[in-house]
Amino acid sequence: MSAPKTESVRKIGDTILKLENISLAFGGVKALTDISFDVREHEIRAIIGPNGAGKSSMLNVINGVYHPQQGTITFHGDVRHNMRPHDAASQGIARTFQNIALFKSMSVLDNIMTGRTLKMKANFIEQALWIGRARREEFAQRAKVEQVIDFLEIQHIRKTPVGRLPYGLQKRVELARALAAEPTLLLLDEPMAGMNVEEKQDMCRFILDVNEQYGTTIVLIEHDMGVVMDISDRVVVLDYGKKIGDGTPAEVRGNKAVIDAYLGVAH
Amino acid sequence: MFYREAGQFKTSYQADAAIFPIRQDRVAIAAVLVIAYAVIPLAATPYIFSALLIPCLILALAALGLNILTGYAGQLSLGHAAFMAIGAFASYNFMLRVPGMPILLAFVCGGLCAAGIGILFGLPSLRIRGFYLAVATLAAQFFIVWCLAKVGWFSNYSSSGVITAQAIVILGYTFDTPTAKYLLVLTIVAVMALAAKNMARSNIGRQWMAVRDMDVAAEVIGIRLVYAKLLAFAVSSFYAGVAGALYAYAYLGTVEPEAYNLDLSFRILFMIIIGGVGTVLGSFLGSAFIVLLPIMLNFTMQFMEQTLHLSIPMSAASNLELMVFGGLIIFFLIVEPHGLARLWQIAKEKLRLWPFPH
Amino acid sequence: MTFFFEVLIGGLLSGVMYSLVALGFVLIYKASGVFNFAQGAMVFFAALTFVGLNELGIPFWLCVPATLAAMILLGLATEKFVLRPLVNQPQITLFMATIGLSFFIEGLAQLMWGANVRGLDLGIQDEPIQWISDATTMNVSKFDITAAGIAAVLVTVLAVFFSRTRIGRALRAVADDHQAALAVGIPLQQIWGIVWAVAGAVALVAGMLWGARNGVQFALTFVALKALPVLILGGFESIPGAIVGGLIIGASEKLAEVFLGPYVGGGIEGWFPYVLALLFLLVRPEGLFGEKIIRRI
Repeated sequence: MSAPKTESVRKIGDTILKLENISLAFGGVKALTDISFDVREHEIRAIIGPNGAGKSSMLNVINGVYHPQQGTITFHGDVRHNMRPHDAASQGIARTFQNIALFKSMSVLDNIMTGRTLKMKANFIEQALWIGRARREEFAQRAKVEQVIDFLEIQHIRKTPVGRLPYGLQKRVELARALAAEPTLLLLDEPMAGMNVEEKQDMCRFILDVNEQYGTTIVLIEHDMGVVMDISDRVVVLDYGKKIGDGTPAEVRGNKAVIDAYLGVAH
Repeated sequence: MFYREAGQFKTSYQADAAIFPIRQDRVAIAAVLVIAYAVIPLAATPYIFSALLIPCLILALAALGLNILTGYAGQLSLGHAAFMAIGAFASYNFMLRVPGMPILLAFVCGGLCAAGIGILFGLPSLRIRGFYLAVATLAAQFFIVWCLAKVGWFSNYSSSGVITAQAIVILGYTFDTPTAKYLLVLTIVAVMALAAKNMARSNIGRQWMAVRDMDVAAEVIGIRLVYAKLLAFAVSSFYAGVAGALYAYAYLGTVEPEAYNLDLSFRILFMIIIGGVGTVLGSFLGSAFIVLLPIMLNFTMQFMEQTLHLSIPMSAASNLELMVFGGLIIFFLIVEPHGLARLWQIAKEKLRLWPFPH
Repeated sequence: MTFFFEVLIGGLLSGVMYSLVALGFVLIYKASGVFNFAQGAMVFFAALTFVGLNELGIPFWLCVPATLAAMILLGLATEKFVLRPLVNQPQITLFMATIGLSFFIEGLAQLMWGANVRGLDLGIQDEPIQWISDATTMNVSKFDITAAGIAAVLVTVLAVFFSRTRIGRALRAVADDHQAALAVGIPLQQIWGIVWAVAGAVALVAGMLWGARNGVQFALTFVALKALPVLILGGFESIPGAIVGGLIIGASEKLAEVFLGPYVGGGIEGWFPYVLALLFLLVRPEGLFGEKIIRRI
């Protein structure tokens, strides 16, 4: 992670991610049907929708965990076909998960260090002998990781095994691991689920700070409407795997289909 | 209060990433090495060397190999003795067929052969996980041992299948006494244990643990599962291969497929369970425990025979051994699923305060 | 060609006995998620106990219930002393515990009854059935046919037990979701005890048949190990899978030994099932009857 810049680098730019006509099914079950939307550089893009709307599937499609049967994904101008998650990672996509996917038995520090994997070039013989590049890299990357640790204010739990941490902190560590990869596109799957108000406020601040200071583009799934309306630039609304709304928070709030999906509609 | 890190401040990431960050640990490991290199060679009897110390060290190396695969990378193997067999037979054939082959290089080549075959048998791990993989590794156990026994070329067409290992000669010095063999084994094991520690604290170790803890997340963070898993198989099999070669050359004195049966695979597996899965120290503690156990049981039974005037027949003794062995494993899993290494850690925690209550 | 079919049928029938051992695994795995490595040791224990009791002069008809009682006792004790203290531990720990258990049971069996090889006579001859030989010129062993019949009866009984009885229903509920079963008031530990007892009974049947065929000896535990590739083929949770897997393994290893063995020096029965299972896994990781696993994150 490069040193934070003082003035904001946040200036919404051109489209960097474009999804066109994405359809995804598991066996006979349709998870996503013909969904198209785009994400612009430096923006915070929220995906909302009721449970089972296909929000997490959408993120899984973006970073290559799921492969859609139809549709194209264009990232930084390249059209992608069936890529593996680590390819997505090497192109600068990082993410967090709805049900925390940390490495439970490893310490916070080691977890975040894994986020730097792609920056490490030493081969394993150098690592086994602890010489040359392996040694230098280890300390250089550690310094970078410490910046992330400072940024997210988790210095005191550096050496604690992740499994022993409370939920809110685990969420923060997961964000730290994703940030350590210095992503250009950050996917956050319900980063505030199950948090109390203070924790949510902290998390909101971190998300906005990341976006402000590093210019990271963020795609975010969140249930808390207050949060979504406050921090996001544009919102996509999914329901039953279909897109029913897309626009600024204000536009989406006034959209009839969205209101029906959330409040129910009289049949 | 004697074992505490108070006052030892780490001022660099280098110090923080050291293998033994606390001074007392460094002192302790230095003491262990001094004892192992200076005191034991003077004090121990040939029996202790060849029945206790040499097998203990060699099996610790094999356990270390399995621990890299199972403990660090989370891929269970039930057939690790087969990779030891490959190491032994490959070393034998390199010595036999390559004129002027230095024996240490033959051990390394043996390890590399084991690593190659290990990668081959590791391929299924890319598609299957857990118990399915464990059962698949049994294929390695049975197939490899069968192959080594059946294909005459491997044993140089020896009629009995049991071949005498060549003498260990390094730079003109013949390692034929138990003490010399012990020192050789000790050195190889120490170097490889150090390498294992290094791997554990660097990027590859973290990749393995990440794959073990949650492979999907590991891939999303940018870890290539194929590379991490196959490398774990390769490194693990390399350790097993070298251990197998030492087992043949420094312990048994013969190279024979039957020495590397399923039973040995299980014994190595028990070493890492009892010692501690995912720790280097645990491999050594587990090995010591498993090697010592039958000897201890023998002593106990002899003692009981003498004091209680019982006569325990040989077969009963070996069956009792099986039972105690099995029972102890269950006992350990119930009482301390993380093994002896965790007990040691807990003891160290206690030592920080001892003799004060708080 | 006749010879081919003869080998095939012989293999299929001995495969039935692999299925019997695999069945015990499946029962326990389904109900408690424990991969019971000790199933083979239980088979050995059952056979040895049966022969041992018989040698003491206890009549055959009494040996069966006595051994059954011993197996049930063993199953219940395992549940109480090994599994209950390890509840909520990771699967791998439980698996290791069952390896320890298998050592314990093998030691116990031989300590009680001695380690020498013994025959077990069930009164069924291992000889060709005359009328089949006459009609088709093939030799099909009477013993194998009887064993297959017994296995079929056992599977039917188990199927009825699982689908028709209250315990069977509870068991399936437990297999589906431990927590949910517990929440609706199914006594989990009681169910586990029953499963281990049933697995013990299945082990008795398998042990008697194997013992009668190959003699009661330590090698029985290795034969039982072959139930593992059967499980890979059939899937850990599928009873039909265990049956079909057993048949495939039995038939293929016999065919391989007879037709391939001579070219490579024989003895390939020892590893063929494992390698077959391994290759099979590369093509279909979920087994014959398993559902394709969709991993959600």
